[in-house]
Amino acid sequence: MSRKILLEHAHVAGIQGYEIYRKMGGYRSVEKALKSLTPEEVVDEVKRSGLRGRGGAGFPTGMKWSFLAKPEGVPRYLLCNADESEPGTFKDRYLMEKIPHLLVEGMITSSYALGVQTAYIYIRGEYKWIVKILEKAIAEAYLHGWLGRKILGTDFSLDLYVAPGGGAYICGEETALIESLEGKRGNPRIKPPFPAVKGLWQSPTVVNNVETLAAVPVIVNEGGDAYAAVGVGRSTGTKLISACGNLNKPGVYEIEMGLPVEEFIFSDEYCGGIPGGKRFKACVPGGSSVPILPADLMLKNAKGEDRVMTYESLSDGGFLTGTMLGSGGFIVFDEDQCIVRNTYTYARFYHHESCGQCSPCREGTGWMEKVLHRIEHGHGHDHDLDLLVDISKKIEGNTICPLGDAAAWPVAAAIRHFREEFEWHVRHPQEAQARNYGLGRLEIYYGAVGV
Amino acid sequence: MLKVTIDGIETQVEPGTTILQAARKIATEQPEHSHLVPPAMCYYSPLEGSGGKCRTCIVKVTQGSERDPRPMPKPVASCQTQVMDGMVVENTTNPDLLAARKGVVELLLINHPLDCPVCDQAGECHLQDLAFAHGASETRYEEERRTFERIDIGPYIQLHMTRCILCYRCVYTANQFTDERVHGVLFRGDRAEIGTYIEKAIKNDFSGNVIDVCPVGALTDKTFRFRSRVWFTRPFDAHRKCDKCCGKTVLWMAGDDVLRVTARKDVFDEVEEFICNECRFDHKVKEDWTIEGPRSIHRHSVISANKYKAKAKTVV
Amino acid sequence: MEIMAYNPPRFSEERLAQVRKIVGQFPEGRQKSALIRVLHMAQEDFGGHLTAEVMDYVADLLAISPIEVYEVATFYTMFNLKPVGKYMLEVCHTGPCMLRGADKTIAYLQQKLGIKVNETTEDGFFTLKSAECLGACGYAPMMQCGEHYYENLTEEKIDALVDAWQKQPVPPKAWEKID
Ligand SMILES: Cc1cc2nc3c(=O)[nH]c(=O)nc-3n(C[C@H](O)[C@H](O)[C@H](O)COP(=O)(O)O)c2cc1C
Ligand code: SF4
Ligand code: FES
Ligand code: FES
Repeated sequence: MSRKILLEHAHVAGIQGYEIYRKMGGYRSVEKALKSLTPEEVVDEVKRSGLRGRGGAGFPTGMKWSFLAKPEGVPRYLLCNADESEPGTFKDRYLMEKIPHLLVEGMITSSYALGVQTAYIYIRGEYKWIVKILEKAIAEAYLHGWLGRKILGTDFSLDLYVAPGGGAYICGEETALIESLEGKRGNPRIKPPFPAVKGLWQSPTVVNNVETLAAVPVIVNEGGDAYAAVGVGRSTGTKLISACGNLNKPGVYEIEMGLPVEEFIFSDEYCGGIPGGKRFKACVPGGSSVPILPADLMLKNAKGEDRVMTYESLSDGGFLTGTMLGSGGFIVFDEDQCIVRNTYTYARFYHHESCGQCSPCREGTGWMEKVLHRIEHGHGHDHDLDLLVDISKKIEGNTICPLGDAAAWPVAAAIRHFREEFEWHVRHPQEAQARNYGLGRLEIYYGAVGV
Repeated sequence: MLKVTIDGIETQVEPGTTILQAARKIATEQPEHSHLVPPAMCYYSPLEGSGGKCRTCIVKVTQGSERDPRPMPKPVASCQTQVMDGMVVENTTNPDLLAARKGVVELLLINHPLDCPVCDQAGECHLQDLAFAHGASETRYEEERRTFERIDIGPYIQLHMTRCILCYRCVYTANQFTDERVHGVLFRGDRAEIGTYIEKAIKNDFSGNVIDVCPVGALTDKTFRFRSRVWFTRPFDAHRKCDKCCGKTVLWMAGDDVLRVTARKDVFDEVEEFICNECRFDHKVKEDWTIEGPRSIHRHSVISANKYKAKAKTVV
Repeated sequence: MEIMAYNPPRFSEERLAQVRKIVGQFPEGRQKSALIRVLHMAQEDFGGHLTAEVMDYVADLLAISPIEVYEVATFYTMFNLKPVGKYMLEVCHTGPCMLRGADKTIAYLQQKLGIKVNETTEDGFFTLKSAECLGACGYAPMMQCGEHYYENLTEEKIDALVDAWQKQPVPPKAWEKID
């Protein structure tokens, strides 16, 4: 039984409300930090915890915090990134719905550490009911003196607000989020300057994911070392994984870093395997932008070692035979799924969401979508596959923000690992309309392991 | 001063200078090396915040600086990347980089109508030049191209959105040089378009400058529309007393007729001083102007440079 | 007699108080930050979509120029620039939902409502749209209607929902006559 840190109390009845949350030990981290720790000491604990950004990039949070510029007389801002729009990812929503005060508490403690007096939760506009949940929690926190002027009688004051977006995946990119919060189009900014120096209204700003901020209270309460003791190596603590696709029990799970992938997919404690006794074909373990892996490479790396849920193990083998933990959007494909159609929907997604500023992403995403649409509908050519790989290379690394990469990787990875299936689609258009390709070379793999 | 080497040519620049500006400095001081200046379709030095979008100005940094000589892993936008002391940059000398730029040009062209024969910008169009210098002669794009309706924004300016490359220059110009911006970028991704949303005229005194900053034929001068091809007109430096702007312009003449008035542009085709609409549109008679003499245009244009011939030779 | 062609859009006093409160969440002079939220409110109050007139009103309220509002309203997918039905059903069809049968859900709704994606039923009740990932991937197939997500959809669930909505009376509103 693995340890729950964030969701420990998520199923306690009434935990959404202040009273119960407080009774279960809520807001202790604010008390502890404000009364007995300096802001630097809080930053230190977070550094020691080894906590890494849960928004996708996995950047060490303590280090990010220490980059924050602190010019005299200039306000600083903390922004919570609750834009959650990466296909496969629905963990932040779960946390905010179930235990909203945990995020509020995390933001107060983090704001204290960063010397921030105004903080915003930027949440995707579609989550309208969560805006209400959060605003209610914030109102309760004000009422009980955890927000506002001179919190707990100290000199620390903080205002916290919720700002909904208008429907745009790109606003999850931190500088686009800042632009959007300024009431503009979500066009990512050119970096440098980084938000830590010039962010919201040109002031130093930290942007963190919901789950990252929600981990701060436990780190402050129990100490960074205790948090770092959970997990494996540089992947410390727990991670929320939103499991979806062809699973018996899709949903949000808190796992201890280091859990074997196989156990996560097949054990009854987690996803409970694949419905209908179908075989496991492929997996995208970190949200749609990370490379897809065929079942064999997903369960074991190229060296034959079991893959476990850590940043390091999932990326073992680089892009050739590995993938990434990303945002924890864990998408599982059964043997009947069509990789071509799936790749097409991803390409359509990124094309739909490109802000359109830089030419490689703006033009390249549309082109990839159109080519994949053709292949999917039986009008592909043999040379289309190389063309797709080539377009993806032209986008990757040549854009203002990483959405370009996020659009390029899934297409390149699908063709890398499932080229035969694409070729079959191109060469047998009629048959491809009528049936699925199936497991392809994985049939041999399953034959060998005797499934 | 910082030392930077571009395609083997060394120069010294102030801290804060970008690679593109350093390359332009080399070209200004040693015109024989002009070819090493990366093409810039969106950056425009008079416009604050411009650049970084088109990605045609990419270069390869093979040595980051004296102190940290590691190369940068990916090509960088030279218009945005500041020079570090001891930086070594490759542009025309790096075949991989040229291939990457070719890729950018290909992407810029997939949705372009390629209607140069009927476009007023032809002959002074940066996309045309770019396609000539870096494009492929065939397209791999077999999908439908994006199109938009042609619209008039006010009596003087025509917007041909299908040709636009979304450099945002006209938006920055309206922001920084006019009182109120009425046009902007609408929608997103490859459906993004320059527009006013509801039919509105751009009425501002300085609005005509958007025509000069547009690198392609998306914003053109309606008063010049189809009057002549640019290469048949002769440019003259001229000025008049104007209480709105500097009054220093270029008249594009055919015989004694003034067909078009534009601002003066430097060797990198950037406006030296912005001019007002009155000078641009309302004084199309020779008598209104003091003509200073013929203007030598640093024609980057494919047509004036006789490049078509060169190309024909290699093809045959 | 005074002839009024139509009433220009105006928020109620209560709404205006909300707008002031939202503007107050941002520093002095940063009132533009309230734009997205105010546009959501305007869309709710003025007929489910944003006309140029409504956007001009919002620009006026926030003391910004109209083009700044148009730029934003056209960027974000939640703002409708054309009239939509009373119930706008948005079915997610991105990868994870597709794996769990979103395409069939869309097909079923098209057949049930007798319209295609991006169309509105003649009675003005329903607009059907496809959407990109709405953050409910594990509960697919799903759709959004108004403030609500309807998840783990089956044909029976859809029948029950649509039938219940169909029974709701449509209150005649002034805005429905404009356009
Ligand atoms: C296109 C794009 C979309 C992103 N979407 C999100 C998102 O929805 N939520 C999120 O927390 N981070 C998202 N990120 C990552 C953020 O830019 C940023 O790295 C993160 O919010 C930092 O927080 P963390 O360090 O706590 O992870 C996105 C990045 C990109 C490039
Ligand atoms: S990579 Fe795409 S989304 Fe990012 S800035 Fe460029 S066009 Fe916009
Ligand atoms: S000129 Fe540098 S990116 Fe366009
Ligand atoms: S893919 Fe449909 S909600 Fe995420």
